[in-house]
Amino acid sequence: MKSLTVLDLLDLDLKEHNALELKCLAGRKGLVREITVPELNRPGLPLNGFYENFAEQRIQLVGRGEYAFLEKLFKEGTTESVEKLFTYTIPCCIFSHNLQPHKYFLEIAEKSQTPVLISSLTSSEISVRLIRLLSNFFAPQQTVHGVLVEVAGSGVLIQGDSGVGKSETALELIERGHRLVADDAVVIKCISGNNLIGSGTNKVIGHHMEIRGLGIINISHIFGVGAIRDEKQIDFVVQLEEWDSSQIYDRIGSHDTTTDILGVKVPYLKIPVKPGRNIPIIIETAALNERLKQKGQYSAREFNKNIIQWLESENARKVYLENYNNKQDIK
Amino acid sequence: MKQKTTTIKNRAGIHARPAALIVQTASQFESNIYLEKDSEKINAKSIMGIITLGASYKTDIIVSAEGSDEEEAVEAIAALFEKKFEEE
Repeated sequence: MKSLTVLDLLDLDLKEHNALELKCLAGRKGLVREITVPELNRPGLPLNGFYENFAEQRIQLVGRGEYAFLEKLFKEGTTESVEKLFTYTIPCCIFSHNLQPHKYFLEIAEKSQTPVLISSLTSSEISVRLIRLLSNFFAPQQTVHGVLVEVAGSGVLIQGDSGVGKSETALELIERGHRLVADDAVVIKCISGNNLIGSGTNKVIGHHMEIRGLGIINISHIFGVGAIRDEKQIDFVVQLEEWDSSQIYDRIGSHDTTTDILGVKVPYLKIPVKPGRNIPIIIETAALNERLKQKGQYSAREFNKNIIQWLESENARKVYLENYNNKQDIK
Repeated sequence: MKQKTTTIKNRAGIHARPAALIVQTASQFESNIYLEKDSEKINAKSIMGIITLGASYKTDIIVSAEGSDEEEAVEAIAALFEKKFEEE
């Protein structure tokens, strides 16, 4: 299990709409405390003295309401519930709206070595950003062997045995204006239960490819920054296979096959490889066809529907002619 | 050269699924296999060819094959027609 400390939370270099804008006010010694659940708690009830079912493992978020209540407690001098809060090992306490905690609050926090953080964001905004960050961090993940490319806007995970030509296929796709997300090892995260996001294992070594005969090449240097992407949702999986004449390959494509990744069903195509078959173009076409399917247009099914209609009308014509001829004979 | 005349026995005729079944079966044989309707003769290993025959219910089809395993090939294809392409 990966772990995320409060210090990591402060150190994260997040951009614009993801930034948490956190500062630490007290309890620096406690910055090593770990966050173990992707959830937040608003400590209204505990501050009022009700500690049953208290979610102590969660980050405690103090907004305007809780702040006003704290101010009232400090004014009246009834601070037992606040002191009790710090007897629990909560990961940290975050104040939103840049609300400055009471001096005494910081003192108790310091004593119990609980980090107190402050952010300029509103409570709802910081909750959204924190939950997003934590659920990304705690999302189930899996590393698979394959190449992830974005083809015509769809995320295509190309898999297959070593030497079947995954990287070469991806290279040609990139050359044709599509984008590389990750080569060889793809980290897949399952976000919000049904969204599979693939990325490279490591940003530093990302967007390099190994091509037999060339060695390791840097895609973003050769093809430009437009040829790469950091992460992409996986829309379907292509399995490349050496052509095996004893195997039956799909000739119609009216049945959808799927494969399971982290419990999510993903459309799956098995494409046989043999000399003379241009795999990149096939994958490109598959990506476009898959987009049509998502829009509700199934080429194969509509084709078959038209065929059946045509055969029916032929049949009706035949029956009509037969009846007509029979009547003529009777006369 | 081996030949056999069959009739289409399933109501829907030869649409995409039966066509795929014919192609799969035909591909297992070495011989060149043909389907003939009226004066049209097409390769039984070509899926689009079979579909464009427009073979509806009760149409007569001549199955023919030429090659080392022509006998078995014709029998196998004709058997599919008899089984109504595993439909109905």
